[in-house]
Amino acid sequence: MLGEAEPQWLSEEVKTGTTIIAIEFNGGVVLGSDSRVSAGASVVNRVMNKLSPLHDKIYCALSGSAADAQTIAEMVNYQLDVHSMEIGEDPQVRSAANLVRNISYKYKEELSAHLIVAGWDKRAGGQVFATLNGLLTRQPFAVGGSGSSYVYGFVDAEYRKGMSKEDCQQFVVNTLSLAMNRDGSSGGVAYLVSIDEHGTEEKVILGNDLPTFFDQ
Amino acid sequence: MALSTVLETPGAGFNFDNAARNAALEGLFEGGQTPKPLKTGTTIAGVVFKDGVVLGADTRATSSEVVADKMCAKIHYISPNIYCCGAGTAADTEKTTDLLSSNLTIFSLNSGRNPRVVMAVNILQDMLYRYHGQIGANLILGGVDCTGNHLYTVGPYGDVDKVPYLAMGSGDLAALGILEDGFKHDLELEKAKELVRAAIHAGIMSDLGSGNNIDICVITKEGVDYIRPYQESVYKDDRKMKYKYRPGTTAVLTEKVVPLKLEVVQETVQKMETA
Repeated sequence: MLGEAEPQWLSEEVKTGTTIIAIEFNGGVVLGSDSRVSAGASVVNRVMNKLSPLHDKIYCALSGSAADAQTIAEMVNYQLDVHSMEIGEDPQVRSAANLVRNISYKYKEELSAHLIVAGWDKRAGGQVFATLNGLLTRQPFAVGGSGSSYVYGFVDAEYRKGMSKEDCQQFVVNTLSLAMNRDGSSGGVAYLVSIDEHGTEEKVILGNDLPTFFDQ
Repeated sequence: MALSTVLETPGAGFNFDNAARNAALEGLFEGGQTPKPLKTGTTIAGVVFKDGVVLGADTRATSSEVVADKMCAKIHYISPNIYCCGAGTAADTEKTTDLLSSNLTIFSLNSGRNPRVVMAVNILQDMLYRYHGQIGANLILGGVDCTGNHLYTVGPYGDVDKVPYLAMGSGDLAALGILEDGFKHDLELEKAKELVRAAIHAGIMSDLGSGNNIDICVITKEGVDYIRPYQESVYKDDRKMKYKYRPGTTAVLTEKVVPLKLEVVQETVQKMETA
């Protein structure tokens, strides 16, 4: 009774059970995420933006432990700032992904977070990198988080090479909507970030504006 | 060379020494259970309104099933423009907010300006992350600075959320229901105070660990209004008799007087100048 005055979830670690996705198109990338942060069975924040800027044209998508992911993103943000001042120009996406990967690898036993790094640079255009557990691999698109398991089939079947920016945004929104419907730890609103050589555009799609499928 | 602040920059990388120490401590106790720290079952809430931030808290501190303090202050001073509500382990929230407050005071004296809320949040997050959840402090930070009105929450593992309204503590689910229903952007002061009061009241009514009075703290550009208590509990003590015993209640059976022998060892006289 009063001996356990606090519900269990208050002392549990806060996780972003999540769906995150990033996809590259000719000339840029589109990143998407849901907005639910859970601690046990309770939703701690229903509007968290999990797309975190590492630099003007490089973003990362957070998943796993909220504290670990936020801290990695902040550390890499700082390191990239220093690096870009040293080289005197905007950093490469691969550099950002490498910095994230170095932290994930060195502390892989202690940390529990997976960041997908995506952005645009003038040498190689739009790029998406996955950094799970300390690997570094460039992919045409990447999904992550607890909700990604439910949509692997969808993304594998629906992805086509050479999609335009609008096609990619629709692809991301559809994927997020499907995952949020099936995964208990994903939900809320969908955040979208589109990066190309002209700039970065952030968008929020509210719950009732998300695309609906057969049973809704 | 003077140090510009006493904030010592921690060593590079993560420091997990304390996690190993705690794991080692766990094995030392028979039965395998480390003693549980005291927690204040609590309801705390905060709301951003048109001209600033309103923070609210109940005032009950419990020690297992006994109310240890009926008028506990859970809204802590950080700086003239920032206040912090703390839930979780009472000692941790006190010490953490004190440490933050003293560091920010030194910063203010050095730079000549009030600290920004985001600075307080970053320092808290750094510290709590470094201790990996071993410091059981769930904090709601609210304040007004040159960039606007801000409300942040920092969890014990070091995760930060910036939101316009929130509640924490064991009574937070009840309080959050009221906030979700009644919150609008750019509320007027009286409506905001009433919303926070209603939220804390819901927490007090629905949670055994929260109770007694409600404290409210309003922070605006003009200053701080710390109203303690904002609303007193309707269940006040109504003691029917005095608990003092009049002299003679206890009978004296025997009396023995032993005079102390004292001798003067040293005498010094000091004249006072009263000119």
